[in-house]
Amino acid sequence: MTIDNRIDLVPEPDELVFKDHIRTPMYDDSALFDAEMERIFKKTWVWVAHESEIPDKGSFKLSQVGRDPVIVVRDRKGKIHVMINRCRHRAATVCEVKQGKTASFQCPYHGWGYALDGSLRALPYPEQYGDDFDKAQHGLLKLRTEAYAGMIFATFDEQAEPLLDFLGPVTHWIDLFMKQGAGYPVKVLGEHQFSVPMNWKIQLENTTDAYHFPVVHKSFLQSLDDETEAVFSFLEQGKGYVEDLGNGHSVMVMIPELVDLEENLDAPIPERFQTLAQELRDEGHDEAQVRRIVRAVGGAGFNLNLFPNVSFSLAFFRVLTPVSVDHTDIRHIAIGMDGGPDAANRARLRLHEHFQGPMGFGSPDDAEVWERIQRGIQGGAELPILINRGLEDEQPGEAGPRGHISAETGMRAAYDMWKRMMQA
Amino acid sequence: MNTPTDTRSDSLLWQAQAFIWAEADMLDHRDYEAWLALWSDDGFYTLPIGDTQDFDDALNLCHDDAHMRRERITRFQQGFSISSAPPARTVRTLSRFVIESVDGDDVRVRCAEHLIEDKFGRQRIWAADLTYTLIVTPGGFKIRHKVARLLNSDGMLNSFSYLF
Repeated sequence: MTIDNRIDLVPEPDELVFKDHIRTPMYDDSALFDAEMERIFKKTWVWVAHESEIPDKGSFKLSQVGRDPVIVVRDRKGKIHVMINRCRHRAATVCEVKQGKTASFQCPYHGWGYALDGSLRALPYPEQYGDDFDKAQHGLLKLRTEAYAGMIFATFDEQAEPLLDFLGPVTHWIDLFMKQGAGYPVKVLGEHQFSVPMNWKIQLENTTDAYHFPVVHKSFLQSLDDETEAVFSFLEQGKGYVEDLGNGHSVMVMIPELVDLEENLDAPIPERFQTLAQELRDEGHDEAQVRRIVRAVGGAGFNLNLFPNVSFSLAFFRVLTPVSVDHTDIRHIAIGMDGGPDAANRARLRLHEHFQGPMGFGSPDDAEVWERIQRGIQGGAELPILINRGLEDEQPGEAGPRGHISAETGMRAAYDMWKRMMQA
Repeated sequence: MNTPTDTRSDSLLWQAQAFIWAEADMLDHRDYEAWLALWSDDGFYTLPIGDTQDFDDALNLCHDDAHMRRERITRFQQGFSISSAPPARTVRTLSRFVIESVDGDDVRVRCAEHLIEDKFGRQRIWAADLTYTLIVTPGGFKIRHKVARLLNSDGMLNSFSYLF
């Protein structure tokens, strides 16, 4: 079967996505999935790494852009490159170490050596290639790479708009999110990884879905002290909102008091952070700094959901990688304060472990319901999948439509962008 | 390290095995109240990521003190967690026991764990290195630290509705 034949089999995007619902093939049509990889993941900005993961010259990390394995690396001049992990000779991967530091990348098959910027530096016995062999034409395939606030994005598309334009009003929210460094640079502390038998868009939707929280995460809420449980009962309080930020991005404000972590520093320190506060005082931090750090430790009061693969969720980065039409890899990346107090970072690690990852009190229940969607769509293929919640009282916000905290405004934003890209 | 000619440590090896097998049986049968009672109050139950030994300052899959163990079990039992109501069923085998060291009342034992889970008609298989620090008490062993290091702990996992 040729690629052209396959494209013919792709359902029309405007027969799949409507204002108030989407159709079942969105989650289980493999030809559609292949088209998404071409028209979305090969076209738009895809998050690949945080700068703290490659701190030094020669630091690198393996990542993915859609289905393409890439190396994210910092060269000798400090410049960041993203390149396909595939030797230009016979296609073997040139790196199988997940993260580390190196002076170069060498293919294990015939020894072709590449510099940190991907250029082909040397190959054994070059004579057989003749005089017209141009090393400059045989570097690792590189992607366009841009970064904002330490978040590194790459795209295959040389024509894609600049990252800053793609992000638009999102940058304001990223700035707010990064305040959880409490004045220290934000640093990746580790990651939880788990794969779920589901379509990638089920995860994309979930980070902008507050409606599920009190249902799916009841057992997490019950494990909290009363004061913290009240903070997380954002659906009941109904003070938050979801806003479409354009280009498929959205923000879901759950705890408005925690949108700006540098405000309300006089508010009482929550009971669950009293021990940490005392530990910081004992280390010699003044009261203002103690309050700033403690407030930052709990994370921001919102989820910022970027199209198509990354979100800034309360206190961590959530990254999705589509693997196949019904298989998605998830990373929950823990972040902390680079050079900040050990006690504060330890507190953040324990908070992350409490909810996130394969053994968390939250993520396994998310994974279960996502898998249940993938199982549920095996029946009643003609039934719609609703995304109409909160359409009723949606109002214009600052950047786009704004709906109730539990509205599906963020999903509608993502599917608008999906449709735009799939029709392009 | 245990040697075959050391009859005293052979007896210790047997006792440690019997204790750890009993624990495994509790976990497969989800007899969690009995499991909680195996622990010393200052004990930690840890599933680390990668080869870290500094569990406090690293991200783990879990790093539970007594409070978090109790909360975890409550979550499993109350029926509000969709992933654990019902949980995957498990059958595990523990083998390749080695006494690493004996220091006063502290006994360090390690062994291999193979676990198969079943849910939704699909089975998944996991392997882990287990390391125990047991303390000898008048009432038998108590667990001071259990480290379950999955073979692919730093790789792509699935979510777990049971304990290793």
